[in-house]
Amino acid sequence: MGNFLEGRYRTCNTTGLPVCLDAQFFIRAHAVAAVVFFLIGAIAALLIALTRWQAVHLLSAMWFYRVLTLHGLNMLIFWIISFEIAILYFAGTSLLNTRLFSRKVAWVAYILMVVGALMVDYIVLIGKGDVLMTSYVPLKAHPLFYLGIILFAVGTLTAVFNFFATIYIAQRDKTYEGSMPLVAFGALAAAIIAVLTLLHGATVMIPSFLWSLGLIENIDAGWYRLVWWGLGHPSQQINVAAMVAVWYFLATLTTGAKPLNETVCRVAFVFYILFINLASAHHLLVDPGLNASWKIWNTSYAMYLAVLASMIHGFTVPASIEVAQRLKGFTRGIFNWLTSAPWSDPGFSSMFMSIVIFGFIGGITGVTIGTEQINIIAHNTLRVPGHFHATVVGGTTLAFMGLTYYVVPLIFQRDFYFKGLARIQPYIFASGVVLLSIGMSFAGSYGVPRRHWDVNFTGAPLSAGFDAAAHFMLGLLGIGGILAFTGALIFILLVVAAVFFGKSLAGQPFSGWQPAEKFKLSMEIFARKKDEKFEEIAHKVPGTVVLVFVLLVSFMVYYFANWKALADVWYVR
Amino acid sequence: MSIKVPESDWFKPPAGSERLWVGVALVWCMIMFLAMPYWHFKGKQNATGESYAVTPAEFMERVTRFVETNKVGEENGIPIVEPSPGGDAYLVGQMWRWYPILKLKEGQTYRLHISSVDLQHGFSVLPININFQALPGYDHVITLTPTSKGVYQIICNEFCGIGHHLMTGRIIVE
Repeated sequence: MGNFLEGRYRTCNTTGLPVCLDAQFFIRAHAVAAVVFFLIGAIAALLIALTRWQAVHLLSAMWFYRVLTLHGLNMLIFWIISFEIAILYFAGTSLLNTRLFSRKVAWVAYILMVVGALMVDYIVLIGKGDVLMTSYVPLKAHPLFYLGIILFAVGTLTAVFNFFATIYIAQRDKTYEGSMPLVAFGALAAAIIAVLTLLHGATVMIPSFLWSLGLIENIDAGWYRLVWWGLGHPSQQINVAAMVAVWYFLATLTTGAKPLNETVCRVAFVFYILFINLASAHHLLVDPGLNASWKIWNTSYAMYLAVLASMIHGFTVPASIEVAQRLKGFTRGIFNWLTSAPWSDPGFSSMFMSIVIFGFIGGITGVTIGTEQINIIAHNTLRVPGHFHATVVGGTTLAFMGLTYYVVPLIFQRDFYFKGLARIQPYIFASGVVLLSIGMSFAGSYGVPRRHWDVNFTGAPLSAGFDAAAHFMLGLLGIGGILAFTGALIFILLVVAAVFFGKSLAGQPFSGWQPAEKFKLSMEIFARKKDEKFEEIAHKVPGTVVLVFVLLVSFMVYYFANWKALADVWYVR
Repeated sequence: MSIKVPESDWFKPPAGSERLWVGVALVWCMIMFLAMPYWHFKGKQNATGESYAVTPAEFMERVTRFVETNKVGEENGIPIVEPSPGGDAYLVGQMWRWYPILKLKEGQTYRLHISSVDLQHGFSVLPININFQALPGYDHVITLTPTSKGVYQIICNEFCGIGHHLMTGRIIVE
């Protein structure tokens, strides 16, 4: 039984899920803030891509680093975490059949987050924080830069507390029976990782703030890197956990999929919680002061158990879709279930391309360059952003876009204009991100540095530079950037138009992306008990098996090719 | 289930293809894990992280002494310094140069000390593409054996201010 207050909830006309109106208000508020930060980050992205594309070289050195700082903070922190809080509020309430714990706490969290983010953006734009996202000491920014980040982090922690408290009252009031739904479980995993991450953030940002005020004399550069990356990398793992939860959610909503084996999916989330926070090491593999055994243990997330978790989700999500599709009668051959999937539903296409880009580009490159020794030929080159644009943009952001195509009609209760454009938007964005990531990764293989204004080194006392092949890759980066920006802009315009001017959908079911009968069939398949037929199909899933083994072979080829490349460089120890 | 509570008997081992994949993935993870210690014993490229505490002033002093005793020439007013094979070499990163120019012999091993006297810098040798971190306060010792002749560029790949792109250096291998 739900514990909703009288008149403070409604039932979703599309999914039948309960919606707490207080949660709905804050989901909307955080989603709007997230999209605003996304817009700032996207404009910055375009300017950066057009500067790294050496033939265009748009910005001046000063503005390049300033805009790069703005881009990193708005995209990796403000946009993604704001959106994730919206996800937490949704998963914590609707899926657990409970009201939001506290409106006041939610207000405090929201105000802290928005004020913190705006403070940081202001300081960066007036030129008092040209320290890039990492703000490596002894680079020093204005105190309000650090304070802004601290406020944002405290706001996030407050929101996460509200989420935990919501789970508590759901348990107390017995609003659901048995174990919580998998998507809520994934959101919980993301929230736990967020707490660990933000505590690292506090550990490093509070001393930095005091140092910028002159109250602390010195911060050790190596210590700062170690702890900052306890914030920097694991915060991206909040995204991974949230993204995977969104995969499961969208797979259900768009095809009626349900996990084959709950245990496997949940254990994989637990692996994220247990091991993913070791990832600080990924950025410290060629640092002084850390020995090999520390690096090996940490960089591999304790024997790659967090990688195992991602490889599991990479199987279970497509497999669950395959089973649902086969149950609908798409049984011909190995891939009929996939070719007959709702590819014109932006929720589905975003989700599926997110899985592919995250796995094939982001995952493979990340594990490879995060290998202790291979990092010698990858550290601080463009291979690093090549990796994380595939995970965080092609993976997380694309998945969140897909979710937004359902958040707007179901939570904002507004209809989209230009649905045809919405259907192709994920493809434009995804292809841009793929080109961008590939351009970055291969440019990085030539040693092209990341975060660098001029790789022609114009004016340097000793000349340096790169050959035509590397510049071709930088051109690819630029073109991919333009394409991805176009996709992002279409997304933002569609969302803004729908949220502020869209036709109200209150009181009616939404079937904008798929015909109503198809959606109904999906929900019917989803609601069906796991019978013998389900288990029989679930044991085989031949299409998914082919997909994951193609992934494994690609992984092996890329991984061993990099060991070979490493073996060719000078001897060093 | 994804958006509904699962059936109460959900706790069970994987079966069929899913079990196969979990097993295969686990084996692959173990292979990748063991590859790293293996390379420490058999491979020629490792990052041991050997380092010592040093103040920027002390390190600069060592660099100056190293340049004075081993200088063999000059380019653009920058000293070219040839350390003795098997010996110590010093390279300092500062806004915005790698100093001095090093002249090494192919196949010889050197203990290369890198550090920074101001911000963090990234030691990157091109087109070989070897990358290490230089931090103020840390004397980072890289035991280096160049295996090919030529003139190599050093660039900085850690953001160090507005002149970051001007920060270059040289290693000459004969």
